[in-house]
Amino acid sequence: MRGRPMLYTSYEADQAMVNTTTKKGAVLLFMAFLIAIPLFREGSIGGVDSPIGSLPGPDFLAQGDWLKLLTTVFIFAIGGLGLNILTGLAGQVSLGHAFFMGLGAYVAAVFGMPGGGLWGLGLPIWVWLPLAGLIPALVGVLIAPTAVRVRGLYLAIVTLGLVFIGEYLWRNLDFITGGSQSGRSHPPFEVRLWKEEAPIISFNSDGTWFGIFNLSSEAKIYLFLLIITVLFVLFAKNLQRTRVGRAFMSIRDRDIAAEVMGVNEFKYKTLAFAISSFFAGVSGALLASFVGRSIPETWILFLSVQFIAIVLIGGAGTVSGTLMGSAFVILLPRIIRDITGWMQGVVQSGDSFLASIFDFFVSTSAADFGLVNTAPGVAPGLGIDQLNLVIYGLLIIGFLVFEPLGLYGIWLRIRNYWKGWPFTY
Amino acid sequence: MPELLILAQANGQGTNEVAQLLIQGLSLGSIYALLAMGFVIIFKATQVLNFAHGALAAVGAFLVAVFATIYDVPERWLGDTPRWVSWTLAVLIALIVAFALGMLLERIFIRPMVGEELFAVAIVTLGVDIVLRAITNDFIGTNSRPLGDPWGTGSLDLGWVRIAHTEIVQMAVTVVLVVGVAWFFRTRTGVAMRATAFDQEAARAQGIAVGRIFSVSWGIGAMLAAVAGVFLSLFPRRAAGLDTQTAFIAFAAFPAIVLGGLDSIAGAVVGGLIIGLAQAYSTLLPWDFLGTGFGGVVPYLVMLIVLLIKPYGLFGTEEIRRV
Repeated sequence: MRGRPMLYTSYEADQAMVNTTTKKGAVLLFMAFLIAIPLFREGSIGGVDSPIGSLPGPDFLAQGDWLKLLTTVFIFAIGGLGLNILTGLAGQVSLGHAFFMGLGAYVAAVFGMPGGGLWGLGLPIWVWLPLAGLIPALVGVLIAPTAVRVRGLYLAIVTLGLVFIGEYLWRNLDFITGGSQSGRSHPPFEVRLWKEEAPIISFNSDGTWFGIFNLSSEAKIYLFLLIITVLFVLFAKNLQRTRVGRAFMSIRDRDIAAEVMGVNEFKYKTLAFAISSFFAGVSGALLASFVGRSIPETWILFLSVQFIAIVLIGGAGTVSGTLMGSAFVILLPRIIRDITGWMQGVVQSGDSFLASIFDFFVSTSAADFGLVNTAPGVAPGLGIDQLNLVIYGLLIIGFLVFEPLGLYGIWLRIRNYWKGWPFTY
Repeated sequence: MPELLILAQANGQGTNEVAQLLIQGLSLGSIYALLAMGFVIIFKATQVLNFAHGALAAVGAFLVAVFATIYDVPERWLGDTPRWVSWTLAVLIALIVAFALGMLLERIFIRPMVGEELFAVAIVTLGVDIVLRAITNDFIGTNSRPLGDPWGTGSLDLGWVRIAHTEIVQMAVTVVLVVGVAWFFRTRTGVAMRATAFDQEAARAQGIAVGRIFSVSWGIGAMLAAVAGVFLSLFPRRAAGLDTQTAFIAFAAFPAIVLGGLDSIAGAVVGGLIIGLAQAYSTLLPWDFLGTGFGGVVPYLVMLIVLLIKPYGLFGTEEIRRV
């Protein structure tokens, strides 16, 4: 009996978050890898004064810029999970995610930053981070009655309005947001008991943990956000198998049938908005604190669209899909940039076969035709940022048209192929 | 959001402010009405919520800029015609291209999604919006692109009110297009479109080429959006032309559509005018705490209030939910 796929002998086994041994092993390995990433850097393990080495592994990941990218992936994953609960589980389309993120960020700033011109209380992280989730959740509950009244496509436009109203508010509440010109700085990642001068743990300076791990500030923030993200992932994953999660899914699949079965539509839609706004608020606060500074123009429609893209590219309704989606959406621009840079290098280096092919894609001078423009203002072709956007848009379209289940669906097909190999099904 | 209405300050001496704002509100509203009408035509025929409509407006204005100023197509062949004739010709060429582009977009991106969830198709149009906007923004660059219109900043001074020439033209064009759309729905294709909107399968059974109706509706939608895009670049901000904000301002047409009801042409026109007037008259509000950019959110506030009272808009068909 052991080892047969899809055979569960108890309800717990059937409902387990990681329900097979292989999955358990894979998740543990992946977690170990994520934790180990900062240790791939040269001299990351050693005494306080005698760095002796590092873990063997892809050491480029441990460099500052890649660690920052991965940290951004975590932050976007939290927000993406929130939207996934609202859109993927409860089936409510929302373009208002950026509004709740901005709200969370400014709540964090008001509670976490000392005053000085702008509103600020200077409280520690264990106050501002939960509040950055709770207050947007409360606002989500307040907005929900309007949102529950309209359905489907009307809801998408109403939440679109939310983003624009939010942007107007952020622009004009300059005693909180600092206005469009200067913006405002956000509380750093450091743990204090209350308002004392020196933090107990500061994630914003290089240092040594447990006597032997030499960690840069990027590595510390990375590990800190990894922990927070894992908590949110566990919550989101667990939600799917609770009473509330099932109520969400029943509303998504057929709201009237759900109501007939005793699911209170109003209550659960409101709850979905609240949970989603909580995730968004925390994600926004983390994002602003991670970047250090925000202006009202950070929280625009495009941010919402990015989250829609994360959920859809990853695969709506799945937690692992959302995680893949956020990695994809955040890392893609960087990868495109690297590839274009590499192509440009090849083109400029000489007359190889590759160079003649890449020459078609990259334009380096005014006379040169190419899809991508690496000499802005001089050569024809799309700028690199615009190219990113075009690829973004095409990916959203492509996934919806060809693979509605997203990356998760692709993964599912690959997995099932190898499961059944050499048979086709 | 960009500052929409700097116009109130740009008035001449001795004009009646209320009357002046009426003109400006109607003229802004007629742009929204054009956008909303194209949107509703697409929505009625294909059930697609087109988020790319603002981008289509920008692309339309972009095409006009290409044909009227950069390549200056009519001027090359008809050098001695008056400016307004050659410019109108350039606009007509651009509109034909916009029509073709709309049909093409529908064929490539929307047709494969027939039968999918409405929400999924709406998000596909969001993707189209990103692509179109990225390409036009790349072309526009940081400056605004002049469209080479023959009217410039000239205006008609009636003493108590001053009307810019572009405002006269655009209100006239809007009236013509509204009448044109109303007439179109009585033509053979228009009746077929109404039948398709009513029931796609039944329309098919009657021998209507539903796919072609889809294409045509997108073509008409894109064309109306292009006209709106041109006027949007000419008038409301007294800007020199098309810039990267044009597509964003077109977003204000969404409240107009929701206000009127997603599937009502009359609603689109009424909604557009209401939003335009509300936006214009909001500049009269005396309160300082409203700050800058309040005109930009007025459409959304009006929309929220109306939706709270009538969830399907003023003229929208109330969805009958079958159990």
